[in-house]
Amino acid sequence: MSIKLGVPSKGRLMEKTFDWFKARGVELSRTGSDREYAGAVEGIDGVDLVLLSAGEIPRELAAGRIHLGVTGTDLVREKLGRWEQQVEEIEPLGFGQADLIIAVPGCWVDVDTLDDLDAAAAAFRARHGFRLRIATKYHRLVREYLRDNGVADYQLVDSQGATEGTIKNLTAEGVADITSTGETLRANHLKILSDGPILRSQATLWRSRVADVSDMEKATLRELLNRLG
Amino acid sequence: MPQKAEIRARAAALRDGFEAAGAKPVETAILQPAEVLLDLYGEDIRARAYVTSDALRGEQMLRPDFTVPVVQMHMAHGAEPARYTYAGEVFRRQEDDPDRANEYMQVGYEVFDRENPAAADAEAFAVIQDALKGVNLRAATGDIGILTAAVRGLNTTERRKQALLRHVWRPRRFRALLDRFSGRSAVPASRAALLAHPNPMAHDFPDIGMRSQEEVAARIEALREDAEAAPISAREVGLIDTLLNVRETLPYALEHIRDLAVDMPAITEAMFRLQERIEALAARGVDVANLEFEASYGRTSMEYYDGFVFGFYVPGRPDLPPLASGGRYDALTRVLGQGSEIPAVGGVIRPGLLVELEAGA
Repeated sequence: MSIKLGVPSKGRLMEKTFDWFKARGVELSRTGSDREYAGAVEGIDGVDLVLLSAGEIPRELAAGRIHLGVTGTDLVREKLGRWEQQVEEIEPLGFGQADLIIAVPGCWVDVDTLDDLDAAAAAFRARHGFRLRIATKYHRLVREYLRDNGVADYQLVDSQGATEGTIKNLTAEGVADITSTGETLRANHLKILSDGPILRSQATLWRSRVADVSDMEKATLRELLNRLG
Repeated sequence: MPQKAEIRARAAALRDGFEAAGAKPVETAILQPAEVLLDLYGEDIRARAYVTSDALRGEQMLRPDFTVPVVQMHMAHGAEPARYTYAGEVFRRQEDDPDRANEYMQVGYEVFDRENPAAADAEAFAVIQDALKGVNLRAATGDIGILTAAVRGLNTTERRKQALLRHVWRPRRFRALLDRFSGRSAVPASRAALLAHPNPMAHDFPDIGMRSQEEVAARIEALREDAEAAPISAREVGLIDTLLNVRETLPYALEHIRDLAVDMPAITEAMFRLQERIEALAARGVDVANLEFEASYGRTSMEYYDGFVFGFYVPGRPDLPPLASGGRYDALTRVLGQGSEIPAVGGVIRPGLLVELEAGA
């Protein structure tokens, strides 16, 4: 059997991951047609490439179906409870940097900190009869963060895409999302709360702590990690 | 792990005991409308309850506790005074700790009686303590009502008091607010800039979202008023700190709080209520001289307890949840009753834990 390496299956994240491995003498490539998710590994024997959506990689690592995987810190922390016990961080890859932040309309000139957000939420609930809505797909991380910081009278609403548009569409009052440059937020007339990001994320190589490894696989894994380290 | 049948039998026996103590056995649905629970407990409940849904009834939660459905049932067709008991599963979603049960039995005893709150408090505590006779446990008690009375009595603006009361159950934010209102922490730079700005509403951002510019202006006005209000005095903050640190056996705690009431007359009524409760507990044969009291006990629980609070713990096992816990939840009945309040106090036992302890003993 071989070591299974999970890598994002498309886009810049895949290309940059391929570049990162290539610079360390391990050549990854997609094989077959453009639409087929099959891949090849050259430069080391006994390693299989598994192309997956970045969002599925944490779960595959935690299930032990892949030994190594490349995905963002944000996704590992959001999707895995007690992530430290399920995966080990091997190496940040230096790209895919993004911050998970909370943003509100720029026209809320009275809100700059979590303290302001909490007070605004209390007043909003009294006025409108429901809790201030924050649109996000990072439910766990955002909820934990707001709880730790004692923010009340808010609710999370699920948004799997175009999150910045929810405010204009009146389905949320604030958003919690990943941003790298803040460009999309600005274009949607939003500003980031100044308390600092909930999480700083980047593409990272992870090792599963639960995947079975035979003696042979162990040797392959050691050699691969030596090359990458 | 004890067998489920064994736990069920133990739960039934406990419920029989509560029935013998005067409670009427009741059942509630396992699926509860999510909206009511979300409205009461906020977003935190989502992290702790399983949510499911169908197209007809919308979001439903697997019963995270019995309190809400029992209160609703009582309001719909209960005559007062009333005592209820129940036994059944509750469901708590666990995202971080696989060792914590996500499904377990609870047996409860609830008292709806507005005649004599001190006696009702004592009854709830004593009936539960009685049911646990023979198990070596440490009991802890507290009273959220003393802290809220102290906050209401602060010599400051109504808005500040409301802000503090809103965060009584979030000690960190409570502390941050108290530091801000007393001038112990600096005003954040962005707020200072906002307050110094002659016309902050003149900005270039388009007006988007449901929170209107009028609401923004109203909050700025409130911030201006707050900036002009005198800070809460160091003396008053000191008294609150002293109160929060009271941690003694009941008779000494009462003495300490009576001393504090000399400087904080606002807590006098709450102090008398504590005194009456101690007398009522003693009359029920509770060993009050050795019963612990912590003024900040119960502040971090999710529940809506706003008066007497108590819990029973296994000594030397901080890893275990309390074997039993309870308290007074008048505020919850006020929210559920949309204004009409039914004073209520009660508590629950975890029979699964009890069986485990009895087997290990």
